[in-house]
Amino acid sequence: MNIGSKTFSDKWLGVLAVIFTLLFWQAIATLVVKNPFILPSPVDVLNAFLNLLKSDTLLKDIGVSLIHFGIGLGAALIIGIPIGIVMGYYRGIDAFLDPIIEIIRPIPPLAWIPFAIIWFGLTDASAGFVIFIGAVFPILINTYSGFRGIPRVFVEAGKMLGCIRDRDLIRYIAFPSALPQIAAGIRIASGVGWMCLVAAELFGVSKYGLGQKLWHFYNLHQMDSVVVYMLLLGMIGLLFDWLFRYYIDHHFLRWRSGEVA
Amino acid sequence: MGDLVIKNLTRGFVRDDGSVLYAIEGVSLTIHQEEFICVLGPSGCGKTTLLRMIAGLDLASTGDILLNGEQIKGPNPKVGIVFQEYSLFPWRSVIDNVAFGLEMRGVGRNKRYELAKPYLELVGLSQFAHSYPSELSGGMRQRVAVARALTIEPDILLMDEPFGALDAQTRNLLQKELLDIWQKTKKTIVFVTHSVDEAVFLADRLVVLTSRPGRVCEIIPIDLDRPRNRTSVEFAQVRRKVLDLIAQPKCSLQ
Repeated sequence: MNIGSKTFSDKWLGVLAVIFTLLFWQAIATLVVKNPFILPSPVDVLNAFLNLLKSDTLLKDIGVSLIHFGIGLGAALIIGIPIGIVMGYYRGIDAFLDPIIEIIRPIPPLAWIPFAIIWFGLTDASAGFVIFIGAVFPILINTYSGFRGIPRVFVEAGKMLGCIRDRDLIRYIAFPSALPQIAAGIRIASGVGWMCLVAAELFGVSKYGLGQKLWHFYNLHQMDSVVVYMLLLGMIGLLFDWLFRYYIDHHFLRWRSGEVA
Repeated sequence: MGDLVIKNLTRGFVRDDGSVLYAIEGVSLTIHQEEFICVLGPSGCGKTTLLRMIAGLDLASTGDILLNGEQIKGPNPKVGIVFQEYSLFPWRSVIDNVAFGLEMRGVGRNKRYELAKPYLELVGLSQFAHSYPSELSGGMRQRVAVARALTIEPDILLMDEPFGALDAQTRNLLQKELLDIWQKTKKTIVFVTHSVDEAVFLADRLVVLTSRPGRVCEIIPIDLDRPRNRTSVEFAQVRRKVLDLIAQPKCSLQ
């Protein structure tokens, strides 16, 4: 009977697939391509990883990248959520800001790199700014549409119970009601922000950083190390997503556990 | 407390072409303290509009609504409401829903839980205080909604087809419970419904509205003793009388 959960054999099929892919990759790299510059083998990558571990740079890279990411996502939260709230709540502000946002939003975050450098110089803030541009719009848009989609009956029920002032309606009714959508926006934003990281660190804002090192080793033609950083970027991104989902679901959205959402 | 006087109430909505659609026209009605009034009428007859105006959620075009002699100008704590659709805040536990009105008045956490608990008890859901609405059945959610409306101690309780979405069995049960609550709390209740059976079972007086525009067609006192028996001959007679009255040309759909 299929009850929707992963069975024991499903998990092993997944492990098997990873092993198979690694073996296939190894075979192609050593038997067909025979050039570690074009395609480093899994063994090359593992060796590069062990060397990097010894040189003590990995943790610094992760730390610096997390700082960049934190600046960008933090600023996106601080700016995106309040703007989304006032746009979602006040029609006049919506009508005023919407055209501006719709013009700026489609500009790819990486197109902001020149101005990031001019405005912030080669600093952590500069990389943070590029990540901010990538992350702010999903947060803003989701907050906005979360506020727009609040069922009228919640607002009216609130008013009948003495929740009258705009400030109270936002705090006690609108924000909690929109929170699932805001959380979804933050999750999308963290994904987009993480993707912007490699490019944000490309122009040398710091001596460390996952994206910075990826370009550094590319310039040194050490493609096995490049793969190490690629995999690290992927795995940390995945980890974020898991942590975020776990934290939000268990701390803020516990009330939704009984619903199909 | 809980006298409601409605005088010559009219509510028109301006349509896109500039013409005015009257949802309620010239409704006058006096509802006495501790009375159970059912407003009966077909869908779209303006009964919800009438209720929303009493609640202060909608404003009259002309006419007055006086509660205890005071004009209703907006949502106010003397009026409680239970909506047709589920209106519990899904992000709040049952007790936090019931205590919401007190929280808005600045009552501290322990105090408001203490004040809210008797109302949760009144609807028989004390053991679900810390559940979330999504964990409750439809009938339980509406019970909590009743408790939440009563916790702020309104003089009058408005109910907009509150049991409309429930199955027949649950509906009958909740009607009985509501009468118990009404007798215990001595609230004036204005209950909107389109079910003759429900209205005859609950009401002291039944206000039949016409459709588009909503006018008072007939006010029918229900003199049956409580508890009423749905299957009794007398109940059937009153039902037939009501059905005959609302089938008159002046009450029926135009």
